Amino acid sequence: MSHASAPAAPPIVAEAVTKTFRIPEERTHTLKERALHPMRRSSHQSFTALDAVTFDVRQGEFFGVAGRNGSGKSTLLKCLAGIYGVDSGRVWMNGRLSTFIELGVGFNHDLAARDNVVLNGIMMGLSPREARARYDAVIDFAELREFEEVKLKNYSSGMHVRLAFAVAIQVDAEILLVDEVLAVGDAAFQQKCFDVFNNMRDEGRTIVFVTHDMGSLNRFCHRAMLLERGSVVHIGEPHEVADRYLEINFGRAADAGPEQADASGQDRAGDGGARVVEAWAEDASGARPASLPQGERIALKARVRFAVDVEDPAASLYVLNDEHVAVLVASTARDHERTGTFRAGEEALFSFSFQNVLRPGRYSPLLTLAHRGSGLDLMDRAEGFMSFVVTGAEAMGGLVDIPVEVGVSRSAGGVVEDVPA
Amino acid sequence: MSAIDYTELGRPIRGPRALTDDWSRFWHLTYNIARNEFKLKFFGSVLGYVWQLVRPLLLFGVLYVFFTQVAHVNDTSTPGGAHYGAQLLGSIVLFTFFGEATSGAVRSVVDRENLVRKIQFPRMVIPLSVVLLASFNLGLNLLVVLIFALAEGVTPMISWLELPLILLMLGVFATGVAMLLSALFVNFRDVQPIWDVVSQILFYASPVIISVETVQEKVSTAALHLYMLNPLAVVFQQFRHAMINPDTLSAGEALGGWAQLLIPIAIVVATFALGFWVFNRSAPLVAENL
Repeated sequence: MSHASAPAAPPIVAEAVTKTFRIPEERTHTLKERALHPMRRSSHQSFTALDAVTFDVRQGEFFGVAGRNGSGKSTLLKCLAGIYGVDSGRVWMNGRLSTFIELGVGFNHDLAARDNVVLNGIMMGLSPREARARYDAVIDFAELREFEEVKLKNYSSGMHVRLAFAVAIQVDAEILLVDEVLAVGDAAFQQKCFDVFNNMRDEGRTIVFVTHDMGSLNRFCHRAMLLERGSVVHIGEPHEVADRYLEINFGRAADAGPEQADASGQDRAGDGGARVVEAWAEDASGARPASLPQGERIALKARVRFAVDVEDPAASLYVLNDEHVAVLVASTARDHERTGTFRAGEEALFSFSFQNVLRPGRYSPLLTLAHRGSGLDLMDRAEGFMSFVVTGAEAMGGLVDIPVEVGVSRSAGGVVEDVPA
Repeated sequence: MSAIDYTELGRPIRGPRALTDDWSRFWHLTYNIARNEFKLKFFGSVLGYVWQLVRPLLLFGVLYVFFTQVAHVNDTSTPGGAHYGAQLLGSIVLFTFFGEATSGAVRSVVDRENLVRKIQFPRMVIPLSVVLLASFNLGLNLLVVLIFALAEGVTPMISWLELPLILLMLGVFATGVAMLLSALFVNFRDVQPIWDVVSQILFYASPVIISVETVQEKVSTAALHLYMLNPLAVVFQQFRHAMINPDTLSAGEALGGWAQLLIPIAIVVATFALGFWVFNRSAPLVAENL
């Protein structure tokens, strides 16, 4: 590559990029409206999508851009690609650019694969000759050889995406801007896409990857940037960015003051013989951070005040994930039945301590307090009074991440012959 | 954030523009979009291109029968009236080009919203590809006119060499209007009905059915000169004069002198400049205003 030797310009430099959209409140689309109301200036709100975003991407880097919906990451990508003009600030690029803002842009559904592949290739910056020369590679990668004469409108959405992705990666760009295209396609094709991105990374191409999937951020990126409401929150190691992202994304409810149990207005049931006064999550050192890293020992604790005299009360904890599935259930009734006798007005502290194997995300515990016995004789049922966030980089995608020993060994039976059907 | 402290920087990225520095990509894009549209138009139809001819030919048939057999509007007995059929067909074909290029351009940018919002490319490609598509049709239709004219007994003339100039004037005019309309339609959606009406008016206000000679008989010289300021009138009349029947008035004669020809040419250039200016100005914001 030409810029391998000389201390060349970096692939991407963005300096104080600011982008504001004007959102008209009432759109005048017709001349009549203009003619009837010539004095009325169309009122509009402005919305700052990007606010002085400064960053640079180094040669051969896989750079992640994370952020919630509406944080400005797609706008940033469009500004980098030159689809939107910026209001202020500047962007410099060094190298041939390809954008994957959306796959299959300009595909015409009444044409067969070949015409679309060629036109799309030209759109992405190839010459017609180059685009035609790549046709075979594209169709093979997309695994659509047997469907190449079929009009695109008869393709399934998966086939469509495969073709579009295959076209996009055949453009020999030095800089790729990728916008969450991997959220589509079946698992096998996704794996293929990941392989492609890995190869590109190994070839030293520069990739900017916009996502809100922290798993792929951690797996692929060398560095990452977190955007929130158009501003840069953090630039650094992917796992730092992923942790900040989870904090911002899921920690918001926790910040709003829900740690304090409030006796009124909660979703509560029971006879009121006892009330959860306060509940919180704490880490191994006893601190109460906004987010808890995966893999460490954590404890969920609840302070309970009794209104009546109670003998051997039972407390149960249900750790619900964001889909309201109980990932973990624990109870004092099982191996701690004799919890003691409490007088009216006394307080007790219940503690549930465990190895944090929960997958990254937000959890809201549900606590029940019951008189001794079956646990159905409820005194209190406290739900939605607090939540905590688990952060972590190594999530595999399951509900929990517990240590798994993986082994491979040659089986003693030797080579298994293919049995003719 | 540390400030940018690089001594060397890549090329600056500017926002979307009407034109580009990469002219070969500009051309390939324009050509391939037009080519695919052309292909699509006849996709799945058995007779394919024949359908493209049916419309102008049907219009021609109706008008020809009506104005020669029923209404007798044009005096076909004079020298200028000879080969009226070929004159009429030629004018219809030229007008069809103008109509396709301009009416097709009105919605073009808005209809290609997905491209405009997702890909960086010179925006001018869109209206130009519409004009190019109309040009493909014009080329094929002119072949039909040629065959028809030869069948009617028109003999090849040295003045046929004027054809590129005539088509150039028509093309520049149509392109100017196409750029103007496609840019205006983004913000003013009633450009479409307005242009439908205007192009109907232009059809009857230009010497398509009625020859300039007929107009000349009916109105004063000053009115004729005014009539001929319409660039389409100049194009159609010069086409008749140079291509079909030299006994018809040339555009210059109908205007009362070749120097006056500069006025319709100036109108064409001004339309093109205005269209370009408007489109160029709106191009950077089109993606956001759609």
